[in-house]
Amino acid sequence: MIRDITIGQYYPVDSVIHRLDPRVKLFTTVIFIISLFIKKNIVLYMGATIFLITVIILSKVPLRYILKGLKPIVFLLIFTCVMNLFFSRGETVLFSYKIFVISKEGIYSASFLAIRLIELVIGSALLTYTTTPTKLTDGIEKGLGFLRVFKIPVHEFAMMMSIALRFIPILMEELDKIMKAQEARCATFNEGNFINRAKAMVPILIPLFVAAIRRANDLALAMESRCYQGGEGRTKLHPLKYKARDRIAYFITFAYLAAMIGLRMIVSA
Amino acid sequence: MVKAKNITFEYIRRDLEGNVVEIETALDNVSLNIKKGEFVAILGANGSGKSTFAKHINAIFSPSEGNIYIDGIDSRELDRIYEIRQRAGMVFQNPDNQMVAQVVEEDVAFGPENLGVETEEIKERVKRSLEAVNIWHRRKDNPTKLSGGQKQRVAIAGVMAMEPKCIVLDEPTAMLDPKGRKDVVDTILWLNKNKKITCILITHNMEETIQADKVIVMEKGKVKLSGTPLEVYSHIDELKSMGLDVPFASSFAKELIKDSIPLNDAVLSIDELAESIDKLVKNMAIDKKMLASPKIVEPAKYMPPAVNELGTNSSLILDHVEYKYNPNTAYEKLAVSDLSLTFTKGEFIGLVGHTGSGKSTLIQMLNGLIKPTKGSIYFNGQDISEEGYSLKFLRSKVGMSFQYPEHQLFANTIVEDVAFGPNNLGWDRLKIDKNTFDAIKLVGLPDDCYDMSPFELSGGQKRRVAIAGVLAMEPEFIVLDEPTAGLDPKGRDEILKAIKHIHDERGITVILVSHNMDDVAKYADRLIVMNDSKLEFNDTPRRVFENADKLKEMGLNVPSVSELMNKLNELGYPKYPYLIDENEALSAIKGWFL
Repeated sequence: MIRDITIGQYYPVDSVIHRLDPRVKLFTTVIFIISLFIKKNIVLYMGATIFLITVIILSKVPLRYILKGLKPIVFLLIFTCVMNLFFSRGETVLFSYKIFVISKEGIYSASFLAIRLIELVIGSALLTYTTTPTKLTDGIEKGLGFLRVFKIPVHEFAMMMSIALRFIPILMEELDKIMKAQEARCATFNEGNFINRAKAMVPILIPLFVAAIRRANDLALAMESRCYQGGEGRTKLHPLKYKARDRIAYFITFAYLAAMIGLRMIVSA
Repeated sequence: MVKAKNITFEYIRRDLEGNVVEIETALDNVSLNIKKGEFVAILGANGSGKSTFAKHINAIFSPSEGNIYIDGIDSRELDRIYEIRQRAGMVFQNPDNQMVAQVVEEDVAFGPENLGVETEEIKERVKRSLEAVNIWHRRKDNPTKLSGGQKQRVAIAGVMAMEPKCIVLDEPTAMLDPKGRKDVVDTILWLNKNKKITCILITHNMEETIQADKVIVMEKGKVKLSGTPLEVYSHIDELKSMGLDVPFASSFAKELIKDSIPLNDAVLSIDELAESIDKLVKNMAIDKKMLASPKIVEPAKYMPPAVNELGTNSSLILDHVEYKYNPNTAYEKLAVSDLSLTFTKGEFIGLVGHTGSGKSTLIQMLNGLIKPTKGSIYFNGQDISEEGYSLKFLRSKVGMSFQYPEHQLFANTIVEDVAFGPNNLGWDRLKIDKNTFDAIKLVGLPDDCYDMSPFELSGGQKRRVAIAGVLAMEPEFIVLDEPTAGLDPKGRDEILKAIKHIHDERGITVILVSHNMDDVAKYADRLIVMNDSKLEFNDTPRRVFENADKLKEMGLNVPSVSELMNKLNELGYPKYPYLIDENEALSAIKGWFL
């Protein structure tokens, strides 16, 4: 089940978007998310949708793959939409039964919410589809480097994130091994009531924690012996450098933001 | 390069209030001198202090007393420890746990990046180092896609990229298969010879130390022996008493000399031994063409018992079994194809094959952890994939212990952990207790350990606890996946003895997965060889090991004894087919000198 989730998984194709500097992609993602919250208005949403679709086409990530990534949020999406549909009060009542009232405003509000949520998820997932975890952490480290002024250990956070990503598949494999070993000792994990199931997790979780700590200890030792001393004075094999296409991308992002703000003023007027 | 002067190191354990509970002396007044460009092997049983010493060279530890100088720098000079670490890099045992990055080349670059080397220079160094270990073509891959041996070579490249003068390798081959081991050792030798890097190899495997300039043997924190491999391996009894081995050739030569055959005992490898025997034959003017060929009695071929003969007795039958991972997807991978096998009561079966040959998949099918995609498996005459067949029952009868089974221990006490299986079977208290204690006894653990935490035990003991946990379910079959991996020679012998005892005492069928041909030749009465998802051999060890060339093609080997006899045969001595027993080889060779 966990393996089915495509959200957050890098999709290896070569496209303009893939080649962009991760900092540009991070920045654009943030701007895009902000732009979704400018105003609940159909015209603005159209603008955002057109922008998103353009990026998806440029990224060469198949639409099917992207939609599959929405799977884990389907429940949340339906739930919030239904709540919005029934419980937002509006003037033009179309249908009412006891406490359930469907109004024109309710329908609007629910569908806006759905669009906003879907675009939000796709927009941010697109970042991880087109950026390898290594580049992403590099981007975060360098892009947010200015936060160091406020004593925020940006490099350390980025390093932790990249190590976590590296060890996820290793720990998943370890988990599989432990589960099989306990199953071979006649353990069952999906029988009985909640308490029994929780108890059945102990023989899996303890070895898993022990393994994680053992590995962390080994890794710390290995990093130290290779002269790791934190971010200070570190150089890079592949340092991030802006290219012409990155400047163009920044320009497009700003143009998009300006257009959205412009649209908002027109709509309000 | 490394100069240790009377160093002592103590591990101090404190309780919660900070009072000293226990002081363990890991290094006791050690003085050593390792010269530039040397290849030094450090041997010792677990807990002998060899790993602690290695960490002193890398300035991870600094001595409680005495001084250690690395390339002239005292490790007590705290502001120079990164200089030490750059000059004396270190490679660790577990290939997965020492990789930082998700791309091979970035992992290799980690060291120079930390040292603040310029980007262009890093690129150069990464290329040079990856070419030196022969992994350059995989530079863009994720390390998880590499084999164990390749990962260790990447780790070596990671150290090389810091341009060290010395590399310390702490049991780098312990978790690898024979092919991976050989590649790593060859890489170390190459770096030592061609790049003039001082190499310090810590290992349990004596054969890896044959080409070293110097061997140092440690016991209980002290240096016990030191000298050239020839000098050190002449102390056979002393090494044995420390729980260590000697290379096969050395001990075999010693046995011949004991029987007053005036052999030159300065031999380490099988080639040298064969040459030494040949020389003696020439000196004694024996005509090797006149030596009598042995009377060959061809051992009977293994024949699986007829199915109707077995009835519903203790038997496990695989009938045209196939297993595919991710069937009908782009990731489809055939792991086992068209496999038919029979296992019956009381057999001792060896299962060998290179990594990825399908043997892990095969054993997981035996107790229903995974289901074959084609074919059927019958236990005592019943199809195990039938609706309503109790997998719990099957798993209690076909016990399984995976690689590094001690990593699955979880309970507070040994008794609790061993009783986990029986408890899951819902037996009554009395039976659970009886089986638990019997199992602990059967694997040879001491009586006073019952209420100890499994985490307090040594590696080999932990492993025996894990095996006891399987035995407590009263299995009729037990599958052991590389039960000796990563243990020192003493731990290895104890485990194998325990397994033999289980087999003889209880008549349990043992299926032993192993990379060590000497072990399977010694213990197994049938050998199953898997290769590229297919069954290659299913016969007695004597017959299987006749196919030396074919086995080598598959990345496997023959027992040392067979290798020696084959070598002698190449030198013009009579052929001794089906010979895998050391005593038989000894008497055959002695016969030539009578």
